[in-house]
Amino acid sequence: MNTEELVKNIIKISKKEINIMEFCGTHTHEMFRYGIRQLLPSNIHLHSGPGCPVCVTSEEDIDYIIYLAENYDLGIITFGDLINVPGSNRNLNILRAKGKEVKVIYSPLEALSIARQNSHKKYLLIGIGFETTAPNLAYTLIKAKEENIKNLYFLSLHKLTPPAMKAILDMGEIKLHGIIGPGHVSTIIGRRGWKDIFDKYQVPFVITGFKPEEILYGIYQLIKIIEEEKPALINAYGKSVKEEGNIKAQEIMYKVFKIGPANWRGLGIIENSGLLLREEFEEFDIRKIYSVKVESKKNDLCKCGEVLRGIIKPTECPLYKKVCTPENPKGPCMVSAEGTCSAYYLYGGE
Amino acid sequence: MEEIILLSHGNGGESTRRLIEEEILKYFGNDILNQLLDSAIFDIKGRLAFTTDSFVVSPIFFNGGDIGKLSIYGTINDLSVMGAKPLYLSVGLIVEEGLSFEEFRKILLSMKAASEECGIKIITGDTKVVERGKGDKIFINTSGIGIIETSLDWRGRGIEQGDIVIINGGIGEHGLCIMIQRLGIKVGEEVKSDLAPLNSLVLPLLKISNNIKFMRDPTRGGVAGVLNEIAQKYSVEIEIEEEKIPIKPWVRSASEILGIDPLYSANEGKVIIIASRKDEDKIMSFLKNHPLGKDAEIIGEIKGKGNRVYLKTKLGTRRILDPLKRDLLPRIC
Repeated sequence: MNTEELVKNIIKISKKEINIMEFCGTHTHEMFRYGIRQLLPSNIHLHSGPGCPVCVTSEEDIDYIIYLAENYDLGIITFGDLINVPGSNRNLNILRAKGKEVKVIYSPLEALSIARQNSHKKYLLIGIGFETTAPNLAYTLIKAKEENIKNLYFLSLHKLTPPAMKAILDMGEIKLHGIIGPGHVSTIIGRRGWKDIFDKYQVPFVITGFKPEEILYGIYQLIKIIEEEKPALINAYGKSVKEEGNIKAQEIMYKVFKIGPANWRGLGIIENSGLLLREEFEEFDIRKIYSVKVESKKNDLCKCGEVLRGIIKPTECPLYKKVCTPENPKGPCMVSAEGTCSAYYLYGGE
Repeated sequence: MEEIILLSHGNGGESTRRLIEEEILKYFGNDILNQLLDSAIFDIKGRLAFTTDSFVVSPIFFNGGDIGKLSIYGTINDLSVMGAKPLYLSVGLIVEEGLSFEEFRKILLSMKAASEECGIKIITGDTKVVERGKGDKIFINTSGIGIIETSLDWRGRGIEQGDIVIINGGIGEHGLCIMIQRLGIKVGEEVKSDLAPLNSLVLPLLKISNNIKFMRDPTRGGVAGVLNEIAQKYSVEIEIEEEKIPIKPWVRSASEILGIDPLYSANEGKVIIIASRKDEDKIMSFLKNHPLGKDAEIIGEIKGKGNRVYLKTKLGTRRILDPLKRDLLPRIC
């Protein structure tokens, strides 16, 4: 089916008033970019999920990084958008403008050459992302250990997606009739990575790709099983996602990381939803070296938490567009290009 | 011994004199500059255009050009899209100590070639050297003077519903090329900046059509940025069609990998033209027959009064095309 036929078929089979959630920020972004929401009938309500790694970074974690940078003469190495995420009252970008060393990298291996070239200085590499990026960071730490690099520390903000999805289903704040499963994450964890959740909650779940025709195909499959009342866990992104996922990547990831609690903005601490360093890699673990507790203050007006849980739309937040814009974001959902608020803002979501 | 630029080359003494006379004049020399006066003295009669731009691109050498060439073409293009024939340039060089003479000369040579190609003279300039770590190899400022040969003030004149929006070729190439090279990704030779001087394209075009209403080169902020400026300044609604926008395959792949929309990525050899539809054939056939316009396309039209830009997607939906709201990457030009 081409996109036009997919849309026609979705309209034809969709009868029920339903809520579906796209977990992944890239889906949110692409759906706005191609105007896919406009093509769907009004009885299908789309809710964006917490699938944007930058957006779910907690205030406490940002404040901790700022505290370390200011008190321990550590150069910070991290990835693009994280530097704009506000903590209690500041972000890393401001720290950089004031003269602290904050380096933005694109490939984690760059961190190794920075550490090698500046052996007199200590660096903190911040690993962020879901299952998609964790194997790369794990590989970097394996290399750092092999090369005996002593001036590089690591802070893992890595998070796992199924526990967050489970948390949203447990909260039950919105009745979800179906879930558009994240394509990139599933290439790593496989279809089977979602099996426990599906078995427990029986919510229709379709792993979906990112091209417009792939998104529409995923939605079509999802509407079909919802309407037929035949819940299933479907892989509609078979060209990239295997049943068992990417075994090699999983092995590397769990060689370095173990599962533990993680602090999600908007969702709080979720058990077994984060990746912590294993004992064998403790020498890199900044939390073991500087385990300070930093007091954080939340911005009560920012509704990122509610947006991430899919209960409100960005337009319902009092800060949205008035004081919170991509140029001057007050919350992380406006920072990241994958953030729901940013997608609404940039593409004129109503 | 390896020759490098030292702080003493900027101290105003003997080293500076030698740097200017033996290096800079060797490349840029002409009857006006050679006088080495405190100001260049020259005559021009007519309506003039005057512009300035600073160039801090990193890396200084990139696929398809270098900071020197960019500093000449950039100013040529700012004059050209105003309908001004470029005549004279000033060049200010801020060099970080430690730059090798080999690289320095390569840049001067590239500037010389670029200015000769465009038929302009560098008639005044300045060179400063800053301590290591206070610059990044070399920064260049150029200012340019051009003469406006068309008698009418055509800019922005009567942009109205039905007018067409044209671009002379593939978008986003400069910005994405620089970004890829900064990341150190190994790529094929098709990945290069679109850097080019637009004077030979846009000046003759203004002579063959009286119905061109606006021209601008979409550098920082990209095509989306310029279209939004037009929409706001002239209170019009613009709609462009995703499928009509020329995008080279490598740009498409790079933009997907890096998550950068080519509509927001910088161009250095492109011009957006707004013109009346009645001259469509005349303009398009001129563009298509020019090396810098062979991939030209009509990408959209003016829909009427308003202040926004819309993009018609390949699915037939319509969404707002906002101006750039976040930092893409600093120092692309």
